[in-house]
Amino acid sequence: MGSSSPFRGQGVELKTMTINEIQDDLVDEFSLFGDWMEKYEHIIQLGKELPLIDPAYKKEEYLIRGCQSQVWLHADYKDGKVIFTADSDAIITKGLVGMMVRVLSDHTPDEIVKADLYFVDMIGLKEHLSVTRSNGLLAMIKQMKVYALALQSKVTDN
Amino acid sequence: MKSEATILPDVLDIKAIRADFPILSTKVYGKPLVYFDNAATSQKPWAVIKAIENYYTTLNSNVHRGVHYLSQHATDAFELSRKKAADFINAAHDYEVIITRGTTDSINLVAYSYGKAFVKEGDEIIISAMEHHSNIVPWQILCEDRKATLKVIPMNEKGELQMDVYAGMLNEKVKLVAVAYVSNSLGTVNPVRDIISMAHRLDIPVLLDAAQAVQHIPIVVQELDVDFLAFSGHKVYGPTGVGVLYGKESWLNQMPPYQGGGEMIKTVSFEKTVYNELPFKFEAGTPNIEAAICLGAAFDYVNQLGLEKIQQYEHELLEYATAKLSEVEKIQFVGTAADKSSVVSFNIEGAHPYDVGVILDKLGIAVRTGHHCCQRVMDAFSIPGTVRASIAFYNTREEVDILVAGVKKAASMLV
Repeated sequence: MGSSSPFRGQGVELKTMTINEIQDDLVDEFSLFGDWMEKYEHIIQLGKELPLIDPAYKKEEYLIRGCQSQVWLHADYKDGKVIFTADSDAIITKGLVGMMVRVLSDHTPDEIVKADLYFVDMIGLKEHLSVTRSNGLLAMIKQMKVYALALQSKVTDN
Repeated sequence: MKSEATILPDVLDIKAIRADFPILSTKVYGKPLVYFDNAATSQKPWAVIKAIENYYTTLNSNVHRGVHYLSQHATDAFELSRKKAADFINAAHDYEVIITRGTTDSINLVAYSYGKAFVKEGDEIIISAMEHHSNIVPWQILCEDRKATLKVIPMNEKGELQMDVYAGMLNEKVKLVAVAYVSNSLGTVNPVRDIISMAHRLDIPVLLDAAQAVQHIPIVVQELDVDFLAFSGHKVYGPTGVGVLYGKESWLNQMPPYQGGGEMIKTVSFEKTVYNELPFKFEAGTPNIEAAICLGAAFDYVNQLGLEKIQQYEHELLEYATAKLSEVEKIQFVGTAADKSSVVSFNIEGAHPYDVGVILDKLGIAVRTGHHCCQRVMDAFSIPGTVRASIAFYNTREEVDILVAGVKKAASMLV
């Protein structure tokens, strides 16, 4: 990954990648790690590399409150595609948030709404999406889809 | 800190005790389970597990209403458990022990019934700044309903109640003081004797939330002279879904029933129902018979070890854990009261407690992270939460060492 952003640095390449291709990439990336600690070290690294959300969006309005950790999510709509930026106060949650952004950002509302996020399960991180974790992640994915759905209907209306 | 060499032999045979708790030999993610979430719930000894099986294979029947053999035996076992609960806290009478669903249920009962009988507009209820949500919200509901005011005893930066402020808060408008005996998030042991005697000078009754106390500290309610005391079965090595409300007979007799239904009545007519006497007046409907009976087995188990010995062992282990954890770089303890019991709450500077908890989990270590149902406590310290390790008598120094190594590992990854 290096110092480049996980989803912008490879922008040219990513634009041609489908949501599932990015998910498969992530699954490959994580298959290199032998144990849990290595996986988490990588997630933490992804969290540290996630570009910070514009401070203007790091407020109540964009906050998704989990019982344990909190997530801020902002969506932009450019050239028919949704651009997500996000942040979290917990670094592991932030790494997971970063992966969600990498998978879903820069795609059309239709693609986002239809996306089946299988990579989380395949990487073995399903527990982070359980309702009992209450880290804000599940609510964030729901929110990402809601944004996309809202934009989709707007596009259809026009 | 004590060096390894000066540690005295344990007052309890921990190896034998651990064999009594089958779940302690579980492996999680291929690692031996290290269970430090005892303040959330305790594990169960074979004595309790077997009692549950025994109940369903030999006793199962409804209580207090059958003339048949099984019902009589189930009723006897249920009432024996009540007696054991009364003995466990040294109550004067068995009928001062109400079997409830747990601490939360017990506190709600008092808030509703005592509130209905004694609290009116303009009155005040006093709680403290370190209460669990279950000793805040029932009083808020009552105060809202009665147009009464909820007052909060503040704490200092160590997590100790400011007793001078408390003294100034007591006046004739105060109708009840409800405080935790031991704080679940900070481990502070509150000066409950002083809290009670000061309130009693103005004839104000006191409720103690003893959910984090009964399993660690021997309690004599008659000597404390406490008016109400609430605790849960599952935190004292018994089953979930059962708890105790102790109340002085004089108060309980002046309070109306909490819920209506079977068991709590003497005679029912559509014009007027005559309520049953204590304790049944407060026990509407079929109780959790299994849990109540098996709670008796948990009391037997704890009594057989002896609470004084448990207290001594846990105190030594808490000191060991605190000393060992203080060697971790950038550790910040939350709750450093002079008198503490069984809880170490901390953060690693620069790391979110959730992240620390996730790493510890993968190392097989169970701790609680977050606000521990004490959002106001966390706000007071300006933190999102803490990592909380809570101790039981089956924990060992070796497990503390594993915890400390795990916290160091988490810190190296996160900071």
